[in-house]
Amino acid sequence: MSSWTDKRPMSPHMQVWRWHVTMLGSILHRATGCANYVGAILAVVWLASAASGYEAYNLFATLAATPLGQLVWFGFTVSVCYHALNGVRHFVWDIGHGFTPKLASLTGWIVIGLALVMAVAVWVLGGLVPGINPLGIH
Amino acid sequence: MSDTKGTSIRTPLGKVRGLGSAKHGAAHFIAQRVSALALLFLVPWFLISLIIAVRGGYTGATEWIAQPLNAVLIMLGVGASLYHMRIGMQVVVEDYIAKAGTKAAILILNTFLCIGLFAVAAFAVLKIAG
Repeated sequence: MSSWTDKRPMSPHMQVWRWHVTMLGSILHRATGCANYVGAILAVVWLASAASGYEAYNLFATLAATPLGQLVWFGFTVSVCYHALNGVRHFVWDIGHGFTPKLASLTGWIVIGLALVMAVAVWVLGGLVPGINPLGIH
Repeated sequence: MSDTKGTSIRTPLGKVRGLGSAKHGAAHFIAQRVSALALLFLVPWFLISLIIAVRGGYTGATEWIAQPLNAVLIMLGVGASLYHMRIGMQVVVEDYIAKAGTKAAILILNTFLCIGLFAVAAFAVLKIAG
């Protein structure tokens, strides 16, 4: 920053900002929102494939079953779980609670952890992991 | 600002309105939350029923969509999602795209895409259910 000549104070920039969980939580909320945007488009394509008939549906299902397809759908599950849980955190803030730094950090970690647990639970209980179907869904 | 000492006929409220990047923040804020509230119920239902429905392949999926209650809830869920994501993406665009023309173009594209997707989804559900 040797070329910086302006003596006035600068707004804190990403590069000089100490990382903390409330900041990570905020960035993740926006990132997962954008990821859900893409996921929703895929969901509409799925509906359209079902309306287009057997062959189109099977093409979609075949692509979704590939390792890359599975990664996309699992990522979408994690993304939706995080955005929904952190959305609840936002609702609590909206009614004026949970703003102390300690509590905001704690709920930040809880939401990140719970989103991962929830997504894994949905896949395991939903029988989406090959060979595992504890609830016997068929 | 010379008009802050009472020489302007504009009221303080009138001055506040029209400020901000979108010019109408409160309505946007409320719409984002009301749609979020609906999605808090619709998305878990959609996720759980979808997992069960896709196991039956093409027949299972179309039979699930064709059920009247499912058809209505799918359209509500997709509608609320597309509305929520349209106004969410609007904020992202307003935050990162500074150039007025580019910003307007992307915002219009965002609106067209979301409404177009709703038309596709609604047609698909009604075609299967009909």
